[in-house]
Amino acid sequence: MPSAQVQPATAPEVRELTFAQAVREALAEEMRRDPRVFIIGEDVAEAGHPFKVLTGLVEEFGRDRVIDTPISEAGFTGIAVGAAMTGMRPVVDIMFGDFITLAMDQIVNQAAKVHYMSGGKLRVPMVVRTTLGATRRSAAQHSQSLHAWLCHVPGLKVALPSTPYDAKGLLKAAIRDDNPVIVFEDKMTYQLKGPVPADDYVIPLGVADVKRAGRDVTIVATSSMVHVALAAAELLAGEGIEAEVVDPRTTVPLDVETLVASARKTGRVIVVDEGYEKYGVTGELAAVIAEGAFYDLDAPVRRLGAMHVPVPFSPVLEDLTVPTAERVAAVARELCGTR
Amino acid sequence: MTRATEISPRDELADVRPEQWRALYRQMLTIRRFEEQVNELYTSARMPGLAHLYIGEEAVAVGVCAALRRDDYITSTHRGHGHCLAKGASVDRMFAELLGKAAGYCRGKGGSMHIADPEVGNLGANAIVGGSAGIAAGAALSARMRGTDQVAVCFFGEGALGQGLLYEAMNMASLWRLPVVYVCENNLYNEYTPASETTAGSMTARPEAFGIPCTEVDGQDVRAVLRAARAAVARARAGEGPSFLLCHTYRYRGHHVGDVNRAYRTREEEQWWMTERDPLTLLARWMTAHGIADAALLAQLDAKVREEIARGLAFALDAPYPDASEVDQHVYA
Repeated sequence: MPSAQVQPATAPEVRELTFAQAVREALAEEMRRDPRVFIIGEDVAEAGHPFKVLTGLVEEFGRDRVIDTPISEAGFTGIAVGAAMTGMRPVVDIMFGDFITLAMDQIVNQAAKVHYMSGGKLRVPMVVRTTLGATRRSAAQHSQSLHAWLCHVPGLKVALPSTPYDAKGLLKAAIRDDNPVIVFEDKMTYQLKGPVPADDYVIPLGVADVKRAGRDVTIVATSSMVHVALAAAELLAGEGIEAEVVDPRTTVPLDVETLVASARKTGRVIVVDEGYEKYGVTGELAAVIAEGAFYDLDAPVRRLGAMHVPVPFSPVLEDLTVPTAERVAAVARELCGTR
Repeated sequence: MTRATEISPRDELADVRPEQWRALYRQMLTIRRFEEQVNELYTSARMPGLAHLYIGEEAVAVGVCAALRRDDYITSTHRGHGHCLAKGASVDRMFAELLGKAAGYCRGKGGSMHIADPEVGNLGANAIVGGSAGIAAGAALSARMRGTDQVAVCFFGEGALGQGLLYEAMNMASLWRLPVVYVCENNLYNEYTPASETTAGSMTARPEAFGIPCTEVDGQDVRAVLRAARAAVARARAGEGPSFLLCHTYRYRGHHVGDVNRAYRTREEEQWWMTERDPLTLLARWMTAHGIADAALLAQLDAKVREEIARGLAFALDAPYPDASEVDQHVYA
């Protein structure tokens, strides 16, 4: 949570919501606020999405604004691009992040390029919600974390919410943004509970959040890896190492300032992300931190990402592919020289 | 599938006034002369990049766009100059865009293959074959959601019949009865390969499989194109759903201006289309036969068009390039 919030005269109501409920609330509020907002994707209406994220929305907004599509990722993503270019604000639901591959032309060659190629005359105010994350025993075509692909493309913004609070605030900001924004939600966090204000708030894209303050080592973590990092910090706290956990919340735009400030404070940095470690988000985060805080660092920035293998089905194997709190803590101990 | 039926010349003359036929002729001529100039610019190394010429296919763009309102949408292709001009673009800013100048329709950032002009409903040319099929259906969906009666036309070549996106979009457009008109320009060649080697089965069976009515049109006859387009647009505007126009046409030039050998087809074939099936000649002959134009008027129109082209080119050649500071502008809105 942001630490320096101004308290209004009457404190707003704060409820415990699941991540999925927070997403649903963000969508419902934005659809009530702006008639141009609509949802499009597979099984988004009565089915309410496989993870029940959208339950109840079709009852309130009807099938004209919660549009069930055939199984046609490229087609409905392209339809959203055209709708966004002509005055609507679509929210595309791509059921699993792996399926974003099917829509890549529409996202990369169309949505991301339209504003630039038209010399600024056309806009694509569109959101793509999709998932990332392994450890659901879903095997290699339902478990990938492909967000680095989208971060690589100019013209797209990428959000990686980790908590119900962030999920609601970032999604509302994404819907109000005039650019294509891809929001990756970790399947494993949908049932995670957390405090969410009932009032209207947005979290600006490009503002990182210090999820836990510490002095000895910075753990920069994205999406569900924030919870891995917080668990590692708990382990380390028992050993006298105070870890600071920084959540960029959006990787495009990236709040370099907050990351570098934390690196300067602690002098030691671990970057944790569930995408593939090679050529991935961790490489970029490590590089900007090294460039911005090199002379304040006591050790090279360390990276932890997914193993460079397709995600295996067998639970025993799958668990090996993703960073864990124990591994993050072990790297922190190495960095702090207290192994 | 229906073939565009012949209607009597008298009905046709009543339906479209003489000056409108002359305007359509002038538009086709403008596209022809514009592209001849583009070819000259490219071969004299004054134009950067690629150019895919539309010469020979003018009747399709002009006939279809004549059935549209200014606020109707089109999406175009890598061979899009004709569509852009027919939807209302001016030659000076077109040339400026092709030369990478700041005065171009996209401030020189789009070039030949990406010209967009939302003020006249042009949602952009597209360098991905079939890439705009979703955008056109989306514009049609948006029109309906916003409660307008706008129509979206999706132009594509027969090469796009190999792309899956087109079928995904047509499926949804038909299911949801979206106001979209699919205009397939069958110019017989997918880039450098005859359509007969790339397209299995029947072209018209494809839309029909989705329940989309298809009309086969002589794409060299602007009168036939206009007639079929009017029916398709009226159907879309009335909320009756998408249509598919299969326009048989011919690309006189190569896939792009550098494709000069064209070993995949004969010079005799090209010559036949140019002499027997030229859209400008066909319309000129018809107008002359019906007293709408004569040789003197046609010569006068040509002089006017050449003057417009020369003025537009001079404007573009004189126009400044974008400032270096523009390179990272418009990445994000």
